[in-house]
Amino acid sequence: MTMRKVAVIGAGMTKFVRRAQETPKELSWLATRMALESCELTLDDIEAVCMGTAPDSFDGIHMKGEYLSDGAGAWRKPYMRSYVGGGTGVFVPIQGWYHVASGMFDVVLVVAEEKMSNFYPHAQAAFLTIFDHTTERPLGPNLLWIFALEMNRYMTTYGISKEDIARVSVQHKRNAANHPCALLGDPDITVEDVLNSEVLAYPVQRYDVSPVSDGAVAIVLAAEHVAKRLTDKPVWVEGVGWNLDTAHWTNRDLVYPRYVEYAARMAYDMAGIKEPKKEIHIAEPYDPFDYKALHHLEGLQLAERGQAPQLYIDGTAARDGNMPVCPSGGLLGVGNPIAAAGLMKIAELFWQLRGEAGDRQVPGQPRRGIAQAWGDLMQVGTVVIMGR
Amino acid sequence: MTENIRSFPGTPLSEQDFEEGKILFNYDELNGKFSWDTGIAIGSYLAGLKNGVILGSRCSTCRKTVVPPRTVCEWCFRPMQEYVPLHDTGTVNTFSLCYVTWDMKRLTDPQIPAVIEIDGASPLHGIMHLLKEVDPQKVHIGMRVKAVWKSAEERTGAITDIQYFKPVKEV
Repeated sequence: MTMRKVAVIGAGMTKFVRRAQETPKELSWLATRMALESCELTLDDIEAVCMGTAPDSFDGIHMKGEYLSDGAGAWRKPYMRSYVGGGTGVFVPIQGWYHVASGMFDVVLVVAEEKMSNFYPHAQAAFLTIFDHTTERPLGPNLLWIFALEMNRYMTTYGISKEDIARVSVQHKRNAANHPCALLGDPDITVEDVLNSEVLAYPVQRYDVSPVSDGAVAIVLAAEHVAKRLTDKPVWVEGVGWNLDTAHWTNRDLVYPRYVEYAARMAYDMAGIKEPKKEIHIAEPYDPFDYKALHHLEGLQLAERGQAPQLYIDGTAARDGNMPVCPSGGLLGVGNPIAAAGLMKIAELFWQLRGEAGDRQVPGQPRRGIAQAWGDLMQVGTVVIMGR
Repeated sequence: MTENIRSFPGTPLSEQDFEEGKILFNYDELNGKFSWDTGIAIGSYLAGLKNGVILGSRCSTCRKTVVPPRTVCEWCFRPMQEYVPLHDTGTVNTFSLCYVTWDMKRLTDPQIPAVIEIDGASPLHGIMHLLKEVDPQKVHIGMRVKAVWKSAEERTGAITDIQYFKPVKEV
């Protein structure tokens, strides 16, 4: 199979905020315009548009892809919305990648948007319908349950302390203090602050969780011959992978995300990476909860099982460490507008690998990074590897 | 580029903006009503619960017993036609002590959701249910538990026919 090389050539994003005045369409347009301007293209240069946005229930608008289409610049163009739960933000650039890699299009716009604040009074309730209507919903579940259950299984199996997990939240929120779009950046937060925050669903406490947010992110993908004309610093999509596990989530061990491993191995094979721990310079694992970042680092083969906390203890994961993790600030710090949060990680790798991340810049001219998202009923893994 | 651009678009609103009436908004409630067919496998599962039995299904090729039962084996994609009664006891695989409801109301006494590996099913195969009659501080992974059923007359063929699971004395 011959596939064309695909580069990210531009990126844009809105601030991530608790409640935005702009509508979902307006947020999409703001991010899209910024992405186009960043590579000096206009909508006329765009041949197709890929939209990523999570459940319709956030907005109370059915067929949200169609609703968002004008804000995303999709009119009279090949357009499709993809949706794989929380994994959407890293899946939608994969969708854009195969549009270009296949030879079908030369320049594709990828947009991800989420406005969670529409849901009243709290977006958590929009997730209730992910549980099985007959066998689970009569028990009165809420979304925190599945994270708490998974976190407890992970902690208990490997004997990981709450303190070790809290370090993740602290480091990501501190990193986010340097991100101009961040909702919860805090340079002074400590492990004690996390451990003393309100217990929501033991072992999950308030500061273990990313915030409900509104925001949009857009990137521009181009085929090699176009990318080289438009920029001296293309960032190549070197590998992509995605994988789904069973929806019968009580029938598998929650301690390890096998689907993330399979998605990662697919991406590593494509990128020709044999030793991920040595060859990946920046990791942006999905971190809606602090333990999830650890869980995903293990699934991505960047830490042995049960050993991911060590990366935070010995400084490997710090912004100036050997393998910085979430230098953006992640979902815990920048915010978690579901689909947009995943694409924010792709934008972060784009800026980091070009050396344009400003105060957040990882030292040492990193050459390669990985971004990953996760979602559905704890079952989907989506992975993109980017390099320069 | 983020090093060059200091001002990103987007306008954050605060609670105060709403209280002061600076922001116009439109409020509505969307009500959907549904009636879900239980299907073949879950239909059998619910009928089993009505009779006070937890049913699983078994794949003779993969030699796996799963719960709740299903009509197709996810591993070999062959039909799963054999329903097997399981025990109503099991082991806590993981649990949470939950102090908030779905609409973020606070609870003084936590709900204790758990994944319970059901005896008779393959290892690590369980269902989600609630634990009660237990000191929240004493719940642990690996704890042995048993279903507390509604009386035969009260059972309707629903997951709530099992009211909850409670600890059994560990020997």
